[in-house]
Amino acid sequence: MVSFKLKDIATREERFAQGHKMCPGCGVAITVRQIMASFEEPVVIANATGCLEICSGTFPHSSWKVPWIHSAFPNAASTIAGLESMYRAKLKRGEIHKERKIKFLAFGGDGGTYDIGFQALSGAAERGHNFVYVCLDNEGYMNTGGQRSSATPPGARTTTSEVGKVLQGKQQFRKDLTRIMAAHNIPYAAQAAPSKWLDLMKKAYRAFEVEGPAFINVLCNCPTGWHADPARGLEFVQRAVDSCFWPLYEVESGVVRITYKPRKKIPVVEWFKDQGRFKHLLRPENEELLESIQVEVDRIWNQLLKDAGEEM
Amino acid sequence: MEKGTMKKTKSKSRRVFLTGDGAIAEAMRQINPHVVAAYPITPSTQVVETFARFVADGLVDTEFVVTESEHSAMSACVGAAAGGGRVMTVTGSQGLAYMFEVLGVTSGLRLPMVMAIANRALNSPLNIHGDHSDTMAMRDMGWIHLYSENGQEAYDNTVQAFRIAENPNVRTPVLVAIDGFQTSHMVETLTVETDELVKKFIGKYIPSYPMIDIDNPVLYGAADRPDYYMEHKRNQLVGMINAPEVIQQVGKEYGDLTGRYYGLVEEYRMEDAEYAIVVMSATAGSVKDVIEQLREEGVAAGLLKIRAFRPFPADEVAKSLSRTKSVAVLDRCGTGGAQGGPLFLEVRTALYEEKSPPQVINYIFGLGGRDLPLRDIKDVYLRLREIARTGKRGKLVDFLNLRE
Ligand SMILES: Cc1ncc(C[n+]2csc(CCOP(=O)(O)OP(=O)(O)O)c2C)c(N)n1
Ligand code: SF4
Repeated sequence: MVSFKLKDIATREERFAQGHKMCPGCGVAITVRQIMASFEEPVVIANATGCLEICSGTFPHSSWKVPWIHSAFPNAASTIAGLESMYRAKLKRGEIHKERKIKFLAFGGDGGTYDIGFQALSGAAERGHNFVYVCLDNEGYMNTGGQRSSATPPGARTTTSEVGKVLQGKQQFRKDLTRIMAAHNIPYAAQAAPSKWLDLMKKAYRAFEVEGPAFINVLCNCPTGWHADPARGLEFVQRAVDSCFWPLYEVESGVVRITYKPRKKIPVVEWFKDQGRFKHLLRPENEELLESIQVEVDRIWNQLLKDAGEEM
Repeated sequence: MEKGTMKKTKSKSRRVFLTGDGAIAEAMRQINPHVVAAYPITPSTQVVETFARFVADGLVDTEFVVTESEHSAMSACVGAAAGGGRVMTVTGSQGLAYMFEVLGVTSGLRLPMVMAIANRALNSPLNIHGDHSDTMAMRDMGWIHLYSENGQEAYDNTVQAFRIAENPNVRTPVLVAIDGFQTSHMVETLTVETDELVKKFIGKYIPSYPMIDIDNPVLYGAADRPDYYMEHKRNQLVGMINAPEVIQQVGKEYGDLTGRYYGLVEEYRMEDAEYAIVVMSATAGSVKDVIEQLREEGVAAGLLKIRAFRPFPADEVAKSLSRTKSVAVLDRCGTGGAQGGPLFLEVRTALYEEKSPPQVINYIFGLGGRDLPLRDIKDVYLRLREIARTGKRGKLVDFLNLRE
């Protein structure tokens, strides 16, 4: 593989073509384009049910210029595991030329990854298939109308974690899936955001470079589900990064490396601002709740700094 | 159809002692699929374990993917089959239920593959023993179903299943079922063909739209809106419609090579039978024994064994049973509130167009491994004779060997 060069990205053919039906300003679409442009080897894709799948592969249209399969919601990881196994079987039998290197990529939303597809992902990672799994984390089940997932931030209003007289949105904190995947001791796990596109693309490049399972968790803005201005999506994502709610880091062979450290860490309330799903959190009566979220965000961030051997 | 007549064959087949599970594993070794993805569950675990030994000894060059669940096993099979090679899995009962979501994906995407099943009861209550409630629950998932009476048939069906599934006019997944424990764990003497014969018989697989062929990108599993879904589902059915002819062709070709011929159904002493039992799998063996006894006593008993339950061989069933006076369909599966067991519903419907159809009754038997003693089978025939004599049918659906 040649090394990662910006020039190559600019000249590379788009393999995720225009004409898909993602909402305007959708962070998932931006992320997928960035991922697809970050490497040049031939690739086979498995896509879990969700926004990306529905919007890029509804008969008779497709945005994919590469072999692509959708099977169901929970099984992108196990489907790609099967494909990768078939590839190895064919290599072994000489049915494919050994120089013919093919990459295997799975896409899933946070629902298809943190929740219903978690077991399949964990299994495929443990078995060591040579694949890259990209979680397009828009913090909810957006394709189906914006329900909560285990990636949904605390306090967020979703259609299954409502704001009412006694409840103020999602009651729980979020699952730290990136760390969980790193705990599988796979060669590469990383967290990224499309607002830091170069960082994201370098991570994707590295993920395809390593032998064995690689996992990238990408925070993708969802104007529709976040009830937030489509034109400012990347700004919102960057606020999540700058508040350290969504730190950018990678774990390679057990070594944690923070790839972007905000010069000035902003309060989480800054990240919650301007998004309809968090509106109620800004009300005075929810001050305590907000404070408790801040405490948890700080705790996790400090732990990450410690794990990365950095100063607090 | 003639079965079991050990015609002298050209190839040097072997007589071996094997369990039903062992017979399937032996066929798998000879078939040497590109990918086997599976998860253990009693009573088919021995297939997976035996195959694991073959892998460890380098007797196959299969990519053996031992998944963390059956859902993932079937999903990996989908990915692998779409990749473009031979794929197989093994399961039953809860494992099959756990796969359910993906079973329709396999058939909907027209992915040829073979799944061996050791039939087992479904929870609850938990029960590891044989009955057909697992495969009957998925009877309309678009899979071809082949049921085996014994280890020999398990072996033969597994080999033939690949030819059926992969036929370009079929391109439909096939399941090969054996009865849990009765067949899966029973050691029998059976004939195993040479590796060369099996290899030649199944031939080289030429996949239709391999995803691994990256120079010709294909898309599998697009979403359909109401404007296309029905047409696609109709197109899918073509494989099922073409299947009976292919199943018979393959069964004939296999018979010419091995001396063991297969069709959609097997008729046993049906040519002059007045009273018939319809059943699938291992129980057919017991029924044959009872028939021999009864024939000596002058009772014209016969058996219609269903090998291919899906697609259901309605014409063959109607033709075979129309000459009888009364018929008992034995379902190894509950009714679930339907008008009878699933096999019964099929048989009765198949006879609907007949001018003077026989009386048909239904028995539920053998749930969760409950034994079916020969005397109970005999009683069924005697009741059938009584129905024919008096014209009084009595209870439509009843149980066999049940403590009331
Ligand atoms: C087994 C199963 N349960 C539920 C659904 C309904 N469903 C389809 S997509 C989806 C949510 C997708 O959410 P996510 O994975 O976060 O992706 P997004 O649409 O947000 O990109 C749900 C609940 C399904 N298709 N299959
Ligand atoms: S709902 Fe959200 S994630 Fe889905 S396409 Fe629209 S903006 Fe993108």
